[in-house]
Amino acid sequence: MTIRRERIVPPLIAFAGFLATWQALVWLGDYPPFILPGPLVVAQRFVEACADGTFWPHLVTTLGEIAVGFTVGAAAAMPTGYVLARSRLANRVMSPYLVAAQAVPILALAPLIALWFGTGLLSRSIIVALVVFFPVAISTMVAVRGVDRRLLEMARSYRVTRRQRIVLVEIPAALPGIVGGLRIGITLAVVGAIVAEWTGGEQGLGVLINLARGSLFDIPLLFATLVLIAIVGIALYGAVLLVERRVVARS
Amino acid sequence: MSDAQPAAPAIRLAGLRFGFAVAGRPVEVLGGIDLDVERQSVIALVGPNGCGKSTLLRVIAGLLHPRDGTVEVEGRPVGGPDPRVGLVFQEPRLLPWRTALTNVAFPLELAGQPRTEREARSHALLGLVGLRDWAGARPAELSGGMRQRLAIARALALEPSVLLLDEPFSALDSLTRERFNVELLRLWERIGTTIVLVTHSISEAIFLADRVVVLSPRPAVVAADVPIDLPRPRRMADLDAAVVSRTAAEIRAQLGGATDDAFAVATGDVGRHDEPEDEPE
Repeated sequence: MTIRRERIVPPLIAFAGFLATWQALVWLGDYPPFILPGPLVVAQRFVEACADGTFWPHLVTTLGEIAVGFTVGAAAAMPTGYVLARSRLANRVMSPYLVAAQAVPILALAPLIALWFGTGLLSRSIIVALVVFFPVAISTMVAVRGVDRRLLEMARSYRVTRRQRIVLVEIPAALPGIVGGLRIGITLAVVGAIVAEWTGGEQGLGVLINLARGSLFDIPLLFATLVLIAIVGIALYGAVLLVERRVVARS
Repeated sequence: MSDAQPAAPAIRLAGLRFGFAVAGRPVEVLGGIDLDVERQSVIALVGPNGCGKSTLLRVIAGLLHPRDGTVEVEGRPVGGPDPRVGLVFQEPRLLPWRTALTNVAFPLELAGQPRTEREARSHALLGLVGLRDWAGARPAELSGGMRQRLAIARALALEPSVLLLDEPFSALDSLTRERFNVELLRLWERIGTTIVLVTHSISEAIFLADRVVVLSPRPAVVAADVPIDLPRPRRMADLDAAVVSRTAAEIRAQLGGATDDAFAVATGDVGRHDEPEDEPE
């Protein structure tokens, strides 16, 4: 019981401190709600938006983009990372493009992709997938390179086939590192989805932010949406952590 | 142990040469090794550090290809990793995410054996190395000695006719090591495979082996081949015999005193930690 309290109380105190600082800033600066709404105002607006259903279609749209984009991006990144780790040729040919693609801000790329593929689920998922791809590919590459060569030699002494080596030795050995990349990837996926939604479209939490800032001019709603996005990020991160804990427990 | 003399020796090495390149310059490691190992015998390889003992084991196991010469096991050449040869590395090299049982079953799984068969066989192998009750344990939960026993069980999974051991107990403290040597002999008496082991310890070599093969510094050739005339089954107490001192002196002369425990042998400090319960019956 005490252990549990120790785990819960410090984060709660920190969170209360954060809210208090926020509120103090509002009072001291005497900002109007359309510049900086206080936490109470935002909380109120958040509850309202939940109750009247403002959030739900946008949330569902964003989660759908994240699900498709993250799955596709990670699924493409893991084999790529493996090939990068095991083939010097592939590494030499592909690395410059990978790094270049990562160096170009997604913010600059997003409007182009929207131009080519429209503003629907397709282009948004492509953007999410692109954002997820790099960290997952790189962490897979590093993890596979880090697989103990002595284990590989041991497996070779028992005439391991290429397929067996990958499935029975390399993947389980590299799994903790790969899941670490997924952890980075999932948080970037949320950012990617919001950025993609800014380029246009009807629905999505990014669209809602634009609406709240623009035509609706409802700054408390903008803040409430940011809170929701943060909650989505934390929840998804937590989900990956759960998967990771299972994987690590098994290994 | 002396059955009717079989046609081909367990291992025949003929003109074995091996080399590799360091910074573009060729280094010759094995300089033409000729060696016959009789079936069901124990051979200890000793030699100065870095002379290529481990390399020789890898060539016999088919993990390295000789530049010249041949390796034959029971009359048939070894062209690559071979189920007739089991290799135990210096470290246990277990898969940390697997249990003791599934680690032992690993070679059987690679060979495509069905699950029920390989599990039954693996349980038997665990029993053979005294780990019957540890089937579900992960390597991290086992002691260093247990892990190395597990590695030996795994090497025996495909029923090799030759077992190669590369300083298998070098990471263990000397007391545990002596106990493990006794256990290894007991195991060998039961399964009757041919054993070739690399060691730095002259006393260990004498205690375990029928012949101690002394390798020269690189490029390694067989510098001496010393028969050990001690009766079997052996006991730790045997190491006090005069013949042991003479043999140790002979091996040491060939080595030029290049091993860890040359001093211990010279001062008669070997075999003092005799544990009666560990003697083979």
